[in-house]
Amino acid sequence: MVAFLNDPFTWTGSLLRSWLEGLGLAPDLVTFLLQVVGAFVLGTTLLMLTFILIWAERKIVARIQDRLGPNRVGPYGVFQTVADLLKLVTKELITPTGADVIPYNLAPLLAVMAVVGVWAVIPLAPTLIGASINVGVLYIVAVGAIGTLGIMVAGMSSNNKYALLGAFRTVAMMVSYAVPMMIALLIPVLLSGSMDMETIVEAQSPIAFIILAPFAALIFFVSSLAEVGRAPFDLLEAESEIVAGFHIEYSGLKFGMFFVGEFLHAFTISALTATLFLGGWQGPWAELYPLLGLFYFIIKTSIVYFVVIWIRGSFPRIRIDHINNLNWKLITPLALASLIVAAIAEKVATEFGINRLGIHVGANAFLFMITLAAIRLNARGARSRVKANSVNKSVAASSGSSPGS
Amino acid sequence: MLEPWIFIALLLGAGMLLPGVTIVANWLLAPKKPNPIKQSIYECGIETVGETYIQLKGGYYIYALIFVVFDIEAVFMFPWAVAFDKLQLYMVMEGVIFILILAAGLAYAWRKGVLEWV
Amino acid sequence: MLTLTQIVFLVAAAITLLASFMVVTCRSMVHAALWLIMALAGVAVFFVLLNAGFLAVVQVAVYIDAIAIMIIVVVMLTRHSMGIQDRQTNKTWWAAVIAALLMFGGLVLMFTQAPLLGAEAPALTMGSEALLEELGLALVDVDRYIVPFEVASVLLLTALVGSIIVAWPGRKSQDLEDQS
Repeated sequence: MVAFLNDPFTWTGSLLRSWLEGLGLAPDLVTFLLQVVGAFVLGTTLLMLTFILIWAERKIVARIQDRLGPNRVGPYGVFQTVADLLKLVTKELITPTGADVIPYNLAPLLAVMAVVGVWAVIPLAPTLIGASINVGVLYIVAVGAIGTLGIMVAGMSSNNKYALLGAFRTVAMMVSYAVPMMIALLIPVLLSGSMDMETIVEAQSPIAFIILAPFAALIFFVSSLAEVGRAPFDLLEAESEIVAGFHIEYSGLKFGMFFVGEFLHAFTISALTATLFLGGWQGPWAELYPLLGLFYFIIKTSIVYFVVIWIRGSFPRIRIDHINNLNWKLITPLALASLIVAAIAEKVATEFGINRLGIHVGANAFLFMITLAAIRLNARGARSRVKANSVNKSVAASSGSSPGS
Repeated sequence: MLEPWIFIALLLGAGMLLPGVTIVANWLLAPKKPNPIKQSIYECGIETVGETYIQLKGGYYIYALIFVVFDIEAVFMFPWAVAFDKLQLYMVMEGVIFILILAAGLAYAWRKGVLEWV
Repeated sequence: MLTLTQIVFLVAAAITLLASFMVVTCRSMVHAALWLIMALAGVAVFFVLLNAGFLAVVQVAVYIDAIAIMIIVVVMLTRHSMGIQDRQTNKTWWAAVIAALLMFGGLVLMFTQAPLLGAEAPALTMGSEALLEELGLALVDVDRYIVPFEVASVLLLTALVGSIIVAWPGRKSQDLEDQS
């Protein structure tokens, strides 16, 4: 019992292993079977989690907008999502004429697969990680971007112009924001000296990376929000412009799977932010009691997820050219600059034995000042341009209207 | 050595299988009464004019290419970041030069007005 | 008795071959691009089987995420990307067949003569983590690959500038058209 409380994950694993080996199976086969069990348990848990995520989001957004939110089905409306699912299950699956049947049906699966796949390398607790590979961070980039492909396939195969336009808008935005995301991901790798997610979490033992590299954390968070296509970056489903974007021709649970993928993706980026910048399962006594580590991880992820919902409830949708400008003219240069700053600060700190925390915080503060000054300069320029334009127009208007007077 | 990769393959498989099973369940439970009007493209609205597969504008191509360039840059930079503890100061500066050369490309695109959305 | 590795290899090889065959025979360019993605994914599986996790992930990140998306975008830039009714062969198809057969025969000859078949793969001298560090060090070491490393950056810059010159009509000409 004590062993169970100390480390339930290893304990359960070894129990299952000894039971299966007792049945006379080869050790290799037992390992494989345990992995099958682990993969399906993880996948099912994640998909089931969506019920709670959607409920929580609707409830919190409702509170932000001074509404009640779902409150009929079950206590506080918790079973609303289940009811919604049951409704979706009985909806007819309509395939539009001229659709490319195989890619059309494959696209929702791809969208979910890309999100679920990311969780293989996220350390949930000190002894609980799906696959400990030494290229974890790059794996996240690679698998996460398969979702982009799913959206593109969905848009191209449904034989609808709106879907096609929405898909390509989305893809343009996603690939644009993937650039600063990858550059921001380089910074935790650089600070911990490894791409292994476990090592990155362990390297945050005294100080979490959000303190050493606040810019990287912010850039990663914002650009992953755009990757998910969440508000305020949700113009891929701008109803007034392209009806609903890439999933307009999907019905029933095929549409539901895109929905699941989106909500789960938002939760996944919260988990990634928590792991890479907030220390993952790190916390007091987490190493001794892995269950406590899981608890810390869930708490941190939930806090970040709350911020995601908060942002959705607070900001209006950004116009597409502004999204584009924000990325290429602010976030990407800032990401490059913060990577350079982090690299030099880290090396100078180790070479000359200067306080690591001090130099990183100082460098980031310096970068912050420069960014602020650049933004102010730019705003001033834009204001003066607008003013000059309006003066020109009024001059033109007055000279044009003179014959009438 | 391959063990974690087997898990990844299984998880990716589960990520396709579980939604697939639910969609099949939906297909079994749902009514199946297709008719041409229901299946028409953009059923609830005005049909779009012309061919679906429109020609995109060239701007998308440049975005995709900038992404490819920075993607490859990141792939080069990741081993550099992993080996960071063992690098000497001049090696770090070489990485910085690598970044700056690409930043020049970004600056060129900016100057040319490619980064404006039209 | 096949091991798991061999089964996975055979399945991945079959899928890759089928997908590559479909890429060149598909009538619709969009479908060809999708088959190409499948072929590239098969290659990523080979890298995993060869114990090169980094290359496998790079294969997915660069080829499937970046280059495949760029190819699809380029396909969408063309007209009639969906159904091309032209013939897929021209008068010199027999020359292409001969060239392909010669190439294939030469490759088979080379592989059978090289002492690679049946040879035991040498064990890795260091762990995969250390290998990755070694790669990073080698890229920026003055005695090793520093020049190719920086040249790669210049190459990428050239690609970027070149594509802008080729594909960007230029804002000025557009503005002039608007004014006229």
